[in-house]
Amino acid sequence: MAKAVEDHAPPNGAGVAPYVIELRRIRKEFGAFTALHGIDLGIRKGEFVCFLGPSGCGKTTLLRIIAGLEVQTSGEVWQNGHDISRLPPAQRDYGIVFQSYALFPNLTVADNVAYGLVNRRTPRAQVDARVAELLKLVGLPGCQKKYPSQLSGGQQQRIALARALATSPGLLLLDEPLSALDALERVRLRQEIRALQQKVGVTTIMVTHDQEEALSVADRIVVMNDGVIEQAGTPMDIYREPASPFVADFVGKVNVLPARVASGALRVGALSIPCDGEDREARVYLRPEDVLARPIAEGDAHVFDARIEKIEFLGSYCHVKVAAPALEQNKLTVYLSLNYLSEQSLSVGSPLKLKLLPERIKVF
Amino acid sequence: MSAVLPSAADAAAPVRQSAHWTDRVAQAALLGVALALVALLALPLLTILLHAVQGKAGEFVALDNFIAYARTPALLTSLWNSLWVSALVTLIAVPLAFGFAYALARSCMPYRALFRGITLIPLLAPSLLSAISLIYWFGNQGVLKQAMTAVGIAEIYGAPGIVLAECFAVFPHALMILVTALSLADARLYEAADAMGTSAARKFFTITLPGAKYGLISAALVTFTLVITDFGIPKVIGGSFNVLATDVFKLVIGQQDFSRGAVVALLLLAPAVVTFAVDHYVSSRQTAMLTARAVPYRPKRAPKYDAAMTLYCSLIALLVLAMLGMAVFASFASFWPYKLTPSLRHYMLGLVDAEVGEAFLNSLTMAAGTALFGTALVFCTAYLLEKTKGMDGLRAIVRLLTMLPMAVPGLVLGLGYIFFFNAPGNPLNPLYHTLTLLTLCTIVHFYTTGHLTAVTALKSLDSEFEAVSASLKVPFFKTFWRVTLPICTPALVDIARYFFINAMTTISAVVFLYAPETKVASIAILNLDEAGEIGAAAAMAVLIAAASATATLLFMSLAWWIGRRTQAWRGNER
Repeated sequence: MAKAVEDHAPPNGAGVAPYVIELRRIRKEFGAFTALHGIDLGIRKGEFVCFLGPSGCGKTTLLRIIAGLEVQTSGEVWQNGHDISRLPPAQRDYGIVFQSYALFPNLTVADNVAYGLVNRRTPRAQVDARVAELLKLVGLPGCQKKYPSQLSGGQQQRIALARALATSPGLLLLDEPLSALDALERVRLRQEIRALQQKVGVTTIMVTHDQEEALSVADRIVVMNDGVIEQAGTPMDIYREPASPFVADFVGKVNVLPARVASGALRVGALSIPCDGEDREARVYLRPEDVLARPIAEGDAHVFDARIEKIEFLGSYCHVKVAAPALEQNKLTVYLSLNYLSEQSLSVGSPLKLKLLPERIKVF
Repeated sequence: MSAVLPSAADAAAPVRQSAHWTDRVAQAALLGVALALVALLALPLLTILLHAVQGKAGEFVALDNFIAYARTPALLTSLWNSLWVSALVTLIAVPLAFGFAYALARSCMPYRALFRGITLIPLLAPSLLSAISLIYWFGNQGVLKQAMTAVGIAEIYGAPGIVLAECFAVFPHALMILVTALSLADARLYEAADAMGTSAARKFFTITLPGAKYGLISAALVTFTLVITDFGIPKVIGGSFNVLATDVFKLVIGQQDFSRGAVVALLLLAPAVVTFAVDHYVSSRQTAMLTARAVPYRPKRAPKYDAAMTLYCSLIALLVLAMLGMAVFASFASFWPYKLTPSLRHYMLGLVDAEVGEAFLNSLTMAAGTALFGTALVFCTAYLLEKTKGMDGLRAIVRLLTMLPMAVPGLVLGLGYIFFFNAPGNPLNPLYHTLTLLTLCTIVHFYTTGHLTAVTALKSLDSEFEAVSASLKVPFFKTFWRVTLPICTPALVDIARYFFINAMTTISAVVFLYAPETKVASIAILNLDEAGEIGAAAAMAVLIAAASATATLLFMSLAWWIGRRTQAWRGNER
């Protein structure tokens, strides 16, 4: 993939919070394999940033480089204006939560949370007070005397979080913290982590492969693929304005249709949408929710007939697969509400009218 | 803040992290361990190589010693004897052990734990205990001497005695490997076979045997190596039947012919190294075979089959008990075979007159030292290797050195120690003949098994403990003390017990290294036997077995006590 590495760090202008973490041309090689191809990224104070990408995209490696657990082959890591590229983990300022939690199983919850405090020669009473405060913060007051094995996965995760925050680090690193939990617990805990982060105000980097998780908690998402940053932006940007086919495909569901740009118009099957640019073959990326079944008024543009081929029932909404003659029989997935389907008595084989929202179409 | 780096910097040398002072502590410790292992293992072994290519005056003679060896008919006979005896024992003991292991792992036979316990008893005594017992059963004044001559064996001394005694000595070793191999079965394969109506015999040959293939290879190799390098049994019951192991002793201690001794030692090293290499390969295949999704095999009740298995195991267990029982009985007999009333004569003779009491104390001291310092060394080294970073080159060397002892027979190690520590120019020379050196040699001799236990325990810990500690600014040694060590105490007790029992019963390595005042009990038994005091020898062997058994019980209660004190957190583990 011959692709220029863009500088994803916005200029360090006036009126914007300074970078807490700055990555400069981070490159990581494992033998002949290049895991990271020169990553540039700046993270601002108090930001919640998610590294999102499929497994093997380098997101965890990047996190571990920031933590000093891996050493980059070249490039620099800056924290608060200091070059920390060569500092060992113990001399960097961060708290970390791993996927496995890595709680010390033979120590009580209180001892786990106080692990980093005791070493700093803090008086016992003060340590106890801080532990109680942290446990309250993560919503588990009074479980000081328990052992990790007596807690559920979600509770263990909260304790790991409390332990990481105990020393009030300037940076919180979360390495797939929710992936070992069941679906319900994940959804609940990710909101708790977000609320906690807002309350404490700690700059946070979370690695995840779950796009929904990233969309729901992050201030900014860094989408990575094959060791490069595909796009960095707010969840809305990433979803609505994907910078590359990869991002469009990886984040959210998307319909991909062959198209052609010719003399100022984008032609998708029989539909034509105004579009500038040179004449070329193109692909259209279209989110299912950007194909509407209603409201469609008489005379609306970009309306076409379709026939329902398959309905996947998912509760209040259904994923409906349609085929449209206007799209040269390319299949299209749209989201229709259950109410609409029953109002219109739609079932497999039924015809219906659909409308494209041209402003939402992404062309690559 | 500096400007963005010029692109030329991308081609510069890779970034290296500066080391934290705690990393330096770990690296210094690793260096220390490396030096110790080089001095206690690598250099002694290299000295053997050196001696093998040196003449009497220390001049370089290339392969002359090997050629001279090949031209000595007596020594070649020993080589041949060693080979065929070891092969024969392997052929007898491994199938017997396989049957026993099969009964333990694949049947609903009652008292399986008891059967297993009985067959492990030989591990508690020096291997030569079985040789002594055989002498009482089949020797010139043996109980069953008549029966033996009736089947055509003129006397037990020589090959028949060695083969029989070795079978008993190696049985528990082969059994442990095979039980492990047979326990690793995937029930789904058998269910699939049953669903297709496969016959029992076909299941055995198409599922069971291929599944246990690696275990069988491993058991056969280990058996062969144990027999070919064993010294005690051929010494006691070999008579004029010479084997390599006894040759080394005669050449080095008797004739002071270090060069030729070194050549024989290298011959002994060869099968051990092959075994080690094959075993290493085999064990990696073995673990890959069983996936995490396998369903463990649970034997079903089958009255007739279970009864047949019980009968077979009872027979073997009875033979083992007969061996042990005879030694115990004879050690208490007043005057074999004429007056069998019980007395403590042999114990008095051994402990008081032959001053074995002192040797026994030496043994206990050495075993305690081995258990204490060996466990500490093994565990710290394993920890440094597994959980710290840096000095990758040195790390690879240490890793190799921790695995090497598995491939070095005790006799060879002991010989290396004489050559190395007895050399006049060696600053470590004062150690020679001391109990300290005996202890160090024993630690190194049994190092690898302890190391593997420690590594297994350490690998089961979350690999991010050290990363978490570093992020919390807690030095690694504090986490070692507060977390790693407490979690690993059961493994530590296991390692200590293993060291203790083996130090009590070992002969092969220490036989070269003792001085009169640092003689250990297992050596004293050899000397008693040589002096014709076989009753006393039996008594002392029984005493060692009793001490080992007591130690095992003590270690087990220690493990239980520690478990209650430090492992409370395991209580509700999911």
